[in-house]
Parts: sequence; C-alpha cells; structure tokens
Amino acid sequence: MAIRREDTADCFVMPGKMVLPVQYFAGRVGSKFIISLRDDKKILGVKCPKCDKVYAPPREFCEKDLAKLDENWVELGNEGIITNYTIVNYNDRHLPLKAPYILALIKVDGADTPFAHIVSGIDPDQVTIGMRVKAVFAEKTTNTILDIAHFVPVID
Amino acid sequence: MKRVAICAVAQHRIESDIWYKRFQGMLLDVLEDLQKQTGFTFGENGVFDIVSCSDDFFDARTISNNGVCDAIGGHYRGEDKMAQEGLNGIGYAMALILSGHDDLVYLPGHCKESQAESRNMNANLAYDPFYCRCLGLDYLNAAGLQARAYMQKAKITEEQLAKIVVRARQWAARNPYANETKQLEIGDVMYSPMLCDPIRTLHAYPVSDGAVGLLLASEERAYEFTDNPVWITGFGNCMDSYFLGDRDLSVSFALKKAAAQAYKMAGITSPAKKVDLVELMDCYAYQQPMWLEGLGLCEDGQGGRFLDENGPARYNVNLSGGMLTGRPLMIGGLYGAAEAVLQLKGQAGEHQASDVNCAVVHSTTGGAGQFQTVLVLER
Ligand SMILES: [Zn+2]
Repeated sequence: MAIRREDTADCFVMPGKMVLPVQYFAGRVGSKFIISLRDDKKILGVKCPKCDKVYAPPREFCEKDLAKLDENWVELGNEGIITNYTIVNYNDRHLPLKAPYILALIKVDGADTPFAHIVSGIDPDQVTIGMRVKAVFAEKTTNTILDIAHFVPVID
Repeated sequence: MKRVAICAVAQHRIESDIWYKRFQGMLLDVLEDLQKQTGFTFGENGVFDIVSCSDDFFDARTISNNGVCDAIGGHYRGEDKMAQEGLNGIGYAMALILSGHDDLVYLPGHCKESQAESRNMNANLAYDPFYCRCLGLDYLNAAGLQARAYMQKAKITEEQLAKIVVRARQWAARNPYANETKQLEIGDVMYSPMLCDPIRTLHAYPVSDGAVGLLLASEERAYEFTDNPVWITGFGNCMDSYFLGDRDLSVSFALKKAAAQAYKMAGITSPAKKVDLVELMDCYAYQQPMWLEGLGLCEDGQGGRFLDENGPARYNVNLSGGMLTGRPLMIGGLYGAAEAVLQLKGQAGEHQASDVNCAVVHSTTGGAGQFQTVLVLER
C-alpha cells in the first residue's frame, strides 16, 4: 500500500527513557567466579565430568549433556591467546570505551572456550589472531567480568 | 498430512524513520489492505485467533502486543504474541491450524527500530549483565567477530561483499516496499567507513520501520480467501549456544539444524535441486553467503567461490532487496515470507522471477545468528 505522509503540523514526538532499577542474582557459580577475580586475581573455569570440556566463563550445567559442573572448578591461566577480534569503530552509550577499541575472543590457558573481552595497550591495526595476551585486573571492583579491566599483549 | 496455506500478504512500505505515524496506524493500514484482498472478517466464521509479533524494547512498553490489540482485531478474541522474529509466528500459526485448534489465523507484525535512540543499545540489553553486557556486546560487534571468522574460512573478499550490496540495491529499486534504494558503485561500498572491522558502514542494513500481515488458513478454508494459496510445506528452527566463544562462528550450526528440520518436513532431499527462490535475513553483507551455506545451497566454506559463480542470482536470492536494503529486526523474516508468497503467486511485479515453485525463507535473531528459522513455501 502507498504510505500516507499525513500533514505533520502540530504532531509531536514524546522523548522517553526506560529507567528500571532492578536486581539480578549472579548465581553461586557466577559469584564465585567474580569473587575470585576480585580478591585473588584468578580466572576460574569449570570442567564437565562427562565431556571433559573446560568452560570459561564458568556455568552451572554443561549445555551438551546437562551434567552439573559447579563442583568441578579449574584454575585457569591469566594469559591466553586471541582467537578472534573486531575493532569497534562506532560510539554509543552502552559501549565501555570510546571508539576505536578492540573487542576480542580470548582463550585463556587451560580453557576450551574463549570468552569476550577488551584488548588494550596496542594500536588496533596491530592486533592479530594468535596474539598472546594477559589479564590486567581492575583497581576498582564492579562485580562483573570487568574486574579484569582488559587484556594487554604479552611482550617477550 | 494436512496442509496450511498462506492466503494473502500485506506489507507496509519500509522507511528509516516513520515518526509521523504510530505503529498502530501502520498495522491498521496492513489489516485494511489484507481485508480488501481477501474479504476476511473477525467474528462469526471469521478470524478468532491472532498471532502477533512485536518487541517490548523497540515499542518501549512491556507486553507490547497490548499496545496494538485493537488495531489487529485482537480485542474480544484469541491473541498470542510471538516474542521472537516473526517467521516463528508462522510456525506457531501453522501449528494452531495443524492441531485443529483453529482453521484461520491472522498474523500481523510490526517494529519501528527508529523509536530506539540506538538499536545497538537495545541489542546490548539482550546480553547478561555480568559477562557480556558490560563489555558492550551488541548484535553489530557480535557480527563483526563472526564476519572475520567466516570471511577467513570462506575466502570472502571486500569486492565480493561490495557486489552483494550493489546487487541488493539494484533489486530493491524494483520493490515498492523496500527501504534503501539509492544505487551504489562497488567503490562506494568498498571505501565506505569501517563500522565494526571487517564490517563497513554500507555492509550493514539501515535502521528500518515497518509492519506486515499474513492470513493463514487450513486447506479446507483457503480457497474462501484466494484462488492461488501458497502452501507451508516445511518449518524448522534451532538455537545455538549463547556465549560467542562456545561456538565456531565461521559455521552456522543452528541454521543447518533448522534447515534440516524444515527440509525433512517438506520431503526435500536435495535443496540445491528443489529451491527456486530464497529470501534471506542478511543483516550484514557477509551473512548472505554464510546463510546460503547453512541452507545447503552453497558448499561448506565455499562462500567465496559461490559468489564468483553468481550463486545468489542462480537461486534468486533476495529479489526484494532483502534485509540488507532495510527491514526491521523483529520482522525481517516475516517481510521475507511476504515477498516469497508474492513470488509464488506471481504477484511480485517488477522483481518477479519466472517459474517459482519452491521458496525458502530464512530469519535470525540473537548475536551472530544464534537463533535460526527456516520456512519452506510451495505453490
Ligand atoms: Zn559436558
């Protein structure tokens, strides 16, 4: 059908903002992971007793076989490799940094699954897949994965 | 098996900022168009069950269907909301009819992406607060990660991506409902600013507002509303892992599963031989060959070669212009279904393909194609 662009005199658009204070339980698994980052500067994962997969970040169940994982904690390395990356070249309110910044998937030593995080301390043009990086822990806790502030390249 | 028909479709023209029209008004136009085409009514012997599709965050109110029920005939009768991309509403409506619960279903969907200051900010809220949201993950940067993984695997070049966008705009120009029809040269796309490396600005679909509606009926009742019904012969969907790092982003596991389910239902053993036309939800240019791999129309990891061999033209992919020229996120697949129905009915006007007997419609939601849906339509 043809769009009818009606007379728009005296039409107004109401600006709004959805502000909704909420609380959200990190879960016992998530709490332990974050407390370990915050207090011990250690990255924890969980290993599936059925399929041996080491998950990072940790979770309560294995999505493949639904085995319980929360008794099978594994201490992972604070270093790892970049398995994939993108350079965020746009700015927006939900982004933690000003563009451009590197958002990468990082597989820390001992984990089977990489997880997303920020890579700093390097020009975005210089990042490569396979690059070795290490966690830099945040000075102030936010009780999220940002208790690792970002990863930086390991310089041999 | 009993068959379910799509009798008719109505599309509202897509634009990037329909600020001067409420989505309720857009839906009313769609309804009036569809009633004019088919003569369907509500009430006695008419539609009793409505499956609507909308999104709380884009509408900025929860239970978003509550805001449109009057405009879709949803007061005084049955109404269910599909809180997922609209193609899944077709699967649900099909199940309502196949189960014998009802024999006639009206399926409207709407989404005004422009109501959000930033659709990326909306997508960020789809992520958990501890591991992903705080990193700024959204559907664009998740796609950026997938684009790198897939392009490397399937050997996709910048020039090939540019050609996909140029072709999409050429087809969109023939579609009266399409959003972005400005014609482009390959160089315009190749040198458009980097948005989320390797995704460039012109590789991404424009912000889009729209509304679309379909009338579904049992085989017994379909001919009351149309002389040439289109039959739903296959439907399938599949959810992949949530964490991007849990997945091989270069392959669409979920789409392969969804397609296998849909093809099995349709009795299709060789989609490459059977499928005449495809409507894909390609939000970013790299997704066009990637989803075609998932649908089994292009060999695994051969997207680059497939593009050089004009695969998208061979399968009549997105003759409407597709998602790349602008469709709203939550109804991208529903618009694709409407276009495929027009093609199968021979009513697609200037972008009509010849001899279309079997069409495949695809949609996706979630980061980097986490959730995938496939619909098979035949005439
Ligand atoms: Zn397991």
